[in-house]
Amino acid sequence: MSLNPVSETDLHAYVDSALPEARRTEIEDYLNQHPDEAARVRAYVAQKKALQAVFNPVLDEPLPENLRSLASPPKMTATGRSGNAFLSHYSLRRIAAGVVIALASGYAGWLAHTPHQPTESRIAMRPLPQQAAVAHVVFSPDARRPVEVLAEQEGQLVAWVSKRLGIPMHPPKLAPLGYELVGGRLLPGNSGPVAQFMYQDNTGRRLTLYVSPEYTTTKETAFRFAQEGSVNVLYWVDGQCGYALSGSIEKDELARVSTAVYKQFEHK
Amino acid sequence: MESSAILAEIPRLRRYARAMLGNRAAADDLVQDTLERAWTRFDKWRAGSNLRAWLFSIMHNLRVDQLRRPTLSTLSTYSINEIENEIPTRAIQADALEVRDLESALAQIPDEQREILMLVALEEMSYAEISTLLNIPVGTVMSRLSRGREKLRMIMEGNVPATKLRVVR
Repeated sequence: MSLNPVSETDLHAYVDSALPEARRTEIEDYLNQHPDEAARVRAYVAQKKALQAVFNPVLDEPLPENLRSLASPPKMTATGRSGNAFLSHYSLRRIAAGVVIALASGYAGWLAHTPHQPTESRIAMRPLPQQAAVAHVVFSPDARRPVEVLAEQEGQLVAWVSKRLGIPMHPPKLAPLGYELVGGRLLPGNSGPVAQFMYQDNTGRRLTLYVSPEYTTTKETAFRFAQEGSVNVLYWVDGQCGYALSGSIEKDELARVSTAVYKQFEHK
Repeated sequence: MESSAILAEIPRLRRYARAMLGNRAAADDLVQDTLERAWTRFDKWRAGSNLRAWLFSIMHNLRVDQLRRPTLSTLSTYSINEIENEIPTRAIQADALEVRDLESALAQIPDEQREILMLVALEEMSYAEISTLLNIPVGTVMSRLSRGREKLRMIMEGNVPATKLRVVR
């Protein structure tokens, strides 16, 4: 029996099997005489196993293509644009992050930022549904000025948004599904402008469609669903743009509207 | 630096990122950022040194940067089964409640303690390795491990009211 006092570190090292055999035996003796400490150690061992049980399955998940491809040096000019340095990429992303924070903290904050120029085409850090959900919660409750250009000036809206996004962009017609176009606006995305179209039904429930041309390098995806508080978001990428439909409506209804939106963009 | 060596580390980076951030999309974004940053500095990586430790330290530093700014960290993302065939591999029905308990308990552990719990449990790193990785003394590793484990035990045993994750609006 050693006279070395048992320390907290010893107990953790015991849990983590990091002790030399001799010391390990001493700790076992100690635990046999101290049931409270033994219970604590057992709880720590159980914790460790639980963490492994919960998170180890991630190891077996198929790797997303964007991560798999990063096992090799990234091709800086894959899209044919000037991607001269990651440094500029990172500083751009910092600006983008700042814009998102400003957006989340309110319209006033957003106004203070000038949307910066799209000089880099890399897909940036904010996941599409998150950007869309933030944009939805910022603008859809706004009773007086929910959009920049009202549906009455749809011609202007189409021309403006198309010009700034650099692709023809008509807001889909959702009236047959019960949603009238309220209007639209431009927003800062991760590296350039994105569009938000707002719709509302006859009870005033609002849906926003967020269209981001920043997903040109991502291949087509299926519909995916995300949730942020009371806002449900259905999103997908069609090879040209990323789309996200947000609203405080049920998933099924969102899926029904999304299918209509998808079809309209597909048949352009 | 060999691609296959990096490829072999990605699942571990994803697991750790998932454990730290909770949601899949944010975790994979962090892994992506980590790999991108690694490629910008791989001239600084000494061949033959520990690739895993190097990647983990890059991820740690990125995450520390991210912690300085607020995020909508509670956004949860999952697929619609009826539309999409991809089935989430985690949280099998029977375990779902338990998993949620553990995850909501974890969310209440301070980040600096949680990362050590995870590095010990998931990466099975030694205390000395963690000390080097996080650039903190071993004594600090031990005290954070001790406090983190004890706090998690208290929450799981119901001695601390388990507050649910709240959504940032």
